[in-house]
Amino acid sequence: MMCWSTMRFSGCIVVAVLALGMLQAQAATAVAAGPTVEITKFAFTPKEITVAPGTQIVWTNHDETPHTVTSADKQVKSAALDTGDRFEHVFASEGDFSYFCTLHPFMTGVVHVRK
Amino acid sequence: MTDFDPTHQAGRRQALSCLAAWTGAAVVWSVTGGVPRALGATNSGVAAAGKTFTFVQISDTHIGFHKEANPDVAGSLRRAMTAINTLPDKPAFVVHTGDVTHLSKPEEFGQAKELLQELQVDRVHTVPGEHDTIDDGLSGYLKHFDHDGKGRGWYSFDQGGVHFIGLTNTLNFKMGTMTSLGDEQLAWLKKDLAQVSRSTPVVVLAHIPMWTVYAQWGWGTADADQALALLRPYGSVTVLNGHIHQVLQKVEGNIALHTAMSLAYPLPTPGQEGIGEPGPVKVPAGELGKLLGTRQLSLVRGKHELAMIDTPLEHA
Repeated sequence: MMCWSTMRFSGCIVVAVLALGMLQAQAATAVAAGPTVEITKFAFTPKEITVAPGTQIVWTNHDETPHTVTSADKQVKSAALDTGDRFEHVFASEGDFSYFCTLHPFMTGVVHVRK
Repeated sequence: MTDFDPTHQAGRRQALSCLAAWTGAAVVWSVTGGVPRALGATNSGVAAAGKTFTFVQISDTHIGFHKEANPDVAGSLRRAMTAINTLPDKPAFVVHTGDVTHLSKPEEFGQAKELLQELQVDRVHTVPGEHDTIDDGLSGYLKHFDHDGKGRGWYSFDQGGVHFIGLTNTLNFKMGTMTSLGDEQLAWLKKDLAQVSRSTPVVVLAHIPMWTVYAQWGWGTADADQALALLRPYGSVTVLNGHIHQVLQKVEGNIALHTAMSLAYPLPTPGQEGIGEPGPVKVPAGELGKLLGTRQLSLVRGKHELAMIDTPLEHA
């Protein structure tokens, strides 16, 4: 399910190729470990997050119900995240990226990417 | 179209008329004289008259779900199918109003298809739920449930003097809004209905409720009003939905809309206080198959009488 996202190893971050997404994965050296967004009780927490370009964000689903992380324009789309599944994405360029869960469209969040 | 061995084991089941359960519901319908009615102990004369056909609705089997709220969804489905196979009045077919699987995985579709073959009915008509269209739209679902071979989720057929329509309202999720049928499907519906006389009873299947049950949880279809406007001229319209894992109903003139219970796990009532989100509700062991709610019985005034019986997996 998560085969095309990044994998984390102890002490360092190895970045696999992001096969999809409007924002391309950066070379490993350019990726900064970033914050995490928890998916709990049908909500993204924090709902809004601000990061620098090139920062990796990790979403983790803690619900028993599957969710997705999908940009409003659907260019970035995770697979279905079952309980404990993670989705990782690197935001390369500046901008405001709204996203939602395609299974539960009332679940929304925003990533602000700022230098 | 799914063809099954039509052998039938006659049996006897006590239909309870005042009870409902979170899980295990099988809604039994009959159509007599063009008017859908419920079959059950209280009106078994319908069957005795021998001029009817029945069908059964199941919903939200979520094959692949294995969490605490129900570690054995396949077992729950099997129990329901045993009950259906022993109905005294053999149903013509079974309809499944979506969320056949939990995660749209190929193995889940495969398992569901295999399980449903244990139903001793001629056919199982399904519509997809959003859990069946998660990652790649309809492609995984259609490999097993392409009813008319046209590679789309919506279809219609006629049986027993009733026009049945299966709709797909799980493909147009937009951020912050309810799902929708979409213009293409609405155009198809208009064209489909143009061939149906207005005295023909119409039964519509769709996963997500065709009325706004609770917008905050996405329990509704944004453009359902456009579909209902096309259906309104018809004398008898019954809309069967799933998705919310509980029985609710709404009647609008000649249109009666009903949601069904799940065969997987209960969900909270709309906006239920103290819960806050529409996730699986855990009940004590042994309670899952029993009654937790009240039965919804609907009667449409005038000549278009409609009633419904929900039978739990487990009842006293």
